[in-house]
Amino acid sequence: MDTILPIIAGAIFATGIYLLLRRSLILTIIGIILISNSVNLALFSLGRLSTENPPLIKAGSLEPLAPFANPLPQALILTAIVIGFGLLAFALALAYRSYRELGTVDQDELLEDAEDTSAAIVPRNDFKKGGDA
Amino acid sequence: MNGMLVLPVAIPLITATLALLFRKSSVLQRWFGILGMAALLGSVMILFRDVYTDGIQVLQLGTWAAPFGITLVADMLTMLMLGISAIMGVVIGIYSLYDIDKERERFGYYPLLHILIMGVNGSFLTGDIFNLYVWFEVMLIASFILLALGNSKNQLQGALKYVFINLFSSLIFLFGVAMLYGMTGTLNMADLAVRLPMVENTGLVTTTAMLFMVSFGIKAAVFPLFFWLPASYHTPPVAISAIFGGLLTKVGVYALIRVFTLLFTQDSTHNEYLHTILLWVGGFTMVIGVLGAASHMEFRKILSFHIVSQIGYMIMGLAFNTAMGIMGAIFYVLHNILAKSNLFLISGIAQRLLGTFELKKMGGLYKHYPFLAVLFLISAFALAGFPPLSGFWAKLSLVKAGLSIEQYVITGVAILVGLLTLFSMTKIWLSAFWGTVPEETPEHFGKIPLFGAGKLYILMIPVMIIAGLIIAVGLYAQPLLELCMTAAEQLLDPSVYIEAVLGPQ
Repeated sequence: MDTILPIIAGAIFATGIYLLLRRSLILTIIGIILISNSVNLALFSLGRLSTENPPLIKAGSLEPLAPFANPLPQALILTAIVIGFGLLAFALALAYRSYRELGTVDQDELLEDAEDTSAAIVPRNDFKKGGDA
Repeated sequence: MNGMLVLPVAIPLITATLALLFRKSSVLQRWFGILGMAALLGSVMILFRDVYTDGIQVLQLGTWAAPFGITLVADMLTMLMLGISAIMGVVIGIYSLYDIDKERERFGYYPLLHILIMGVNGSFLTGDIFNLYVWFEVMLIASFILLALGNSKNQLQGALKYVFINLFSSLIFLFGVAMLYGMTGTLNMADLAVRLPMVENTGLVTTTAMLFMVSFGIKAAVFPLFFWLPASYHTPPVAISAIFGGLLTKVGVYALIRVFTLLFTQDSTHNEYLHTILLWVGGFTMVIGVLGAASHMEFRKILSFHIVSQIGYMIMGLAFNTAMGIMGAIFYVLHNILAKSNLFLISGIAQRLLGTFELKKMGGLYKHYPFLAVLFLISAFALAGFPPLSGFWAKLSLVKAGLSIEQYVITGVAILVGLLTLFSMTKIWLSAFWGTVPEETPEHFGKIPLFGAGKLYILMIPVMIIAGLIIAVGLYAQPLLELCMTAAEQLLDPSVYIEAVLGPQ
């Protein structure tokens, strides 16, 4: 496990980078997902994998049965997975919204600079009325 | 143990929750916004007094002793950053009252703003590297939504660039954390500072340091990782641009200062190498940023490129790695947040009056709104480093620091970039303020007063507050310089930090 896992993580990371560099927005997102998972795997394997007793304390005793496995990496990965999930959900929604608004998922077309950025600001024509702010 | 430490995180959280509960009422949301930010500022001031008199304050959350639980730490650097973040919260809160439209309000602008401030404050306070990652993500998700809120074409384009580069940078950060954990078996920053020097494989430590440098470098927008910033910061409403441009990039700078003074401080050839890289990065960031600004003709794009350029000064101060250099960098961060946000806020008022951000279509502001022109001059001169404004002291300390360790080339570059900064500020001044009134102006231009009907004064109050602070810091710089010096001395002697967190060794 100690040698296989880092190799797998590395391979997934490389695949993720390849996808990240593609022009389609969807492939970019899949690339981010893969990199995210490979980093989680790296976190897992750097936390020193071992096949030992579960880190649970039996009723009546004060400490777990030694030698016990390190539970911390799992807690870290769980946190990272949850955060990554939230961010990816947002990225997907953003990609969908961009597709609806701009009609393409090709990044060369998506990211052409817009001419007038003032359009981003909703004009307020309430100067004469005295405003409602 | 100081329970107050939790307040700068808890107050924005409570405010955001209340604002969410009363999502339907925009009046209540606005009041919660202002009151929440004011309460935050108050709590930071009280905490500041504690840190000033008693030194570094520590809170072990859940009373788990130091290396095991999450620790909140407030040293002088943290307090200065928290202070400026609270001030920004208040002024942006006021500016938003007018600047943010009903639609954005209805879709949760205020809760998001508070969550953003919470993430920023959490990043400043935490003493645990994994927790820092979590706070970064809190800040990121709020900033993602704030940037995209409104769904206009430009905003979506800006948000796409911003979101993907930042997701990638977070993953590099997480990988760096994994490496640290693998090498030392701990995540507490004080404990890491103790254990990292014991790691035998110094090459691996340097690799990890590089991961952090790249990750925080993307967030701070340093050369050559800055391209996302000028491509996205000019798209959202001005209130959001201002808080992003002022505060968010500086969180990256804060993280760089923190890890490169606390964690990666071992005396080795590797480390000198790191500081040399930082120095080069700082120099290039300054020059490329200011050249980018010189080549653009859109108000907010010029300002965005200036953010990049100014980050270079801060990185340069950090790379000097002397008390004077780091003090200069911290002072620069504080001054820059004020000056930069104020310029963004002024650009917003100019846009409301003239209906555009394009310099070529602007003009006549000086003729019709001389007071606004004065406020712009104050902020622009502060940014360029004119005495007696705040920027002068920031640049003076950095130049002094550079000369004292005989880094003549980079110091010369820094001074030259100051001149170029002045050049692009003059460009804005010449066309938007002095230029002739363009033919196509909105009807109200020249007729609507800054104070009075139209309620433009809601936008003017924050600008005046910040301009006042810039002048005050400029005329009476000594107290703040001393505080920055205290912060720098604390940073350069990590044993104080370590002892405060882990107890006497």
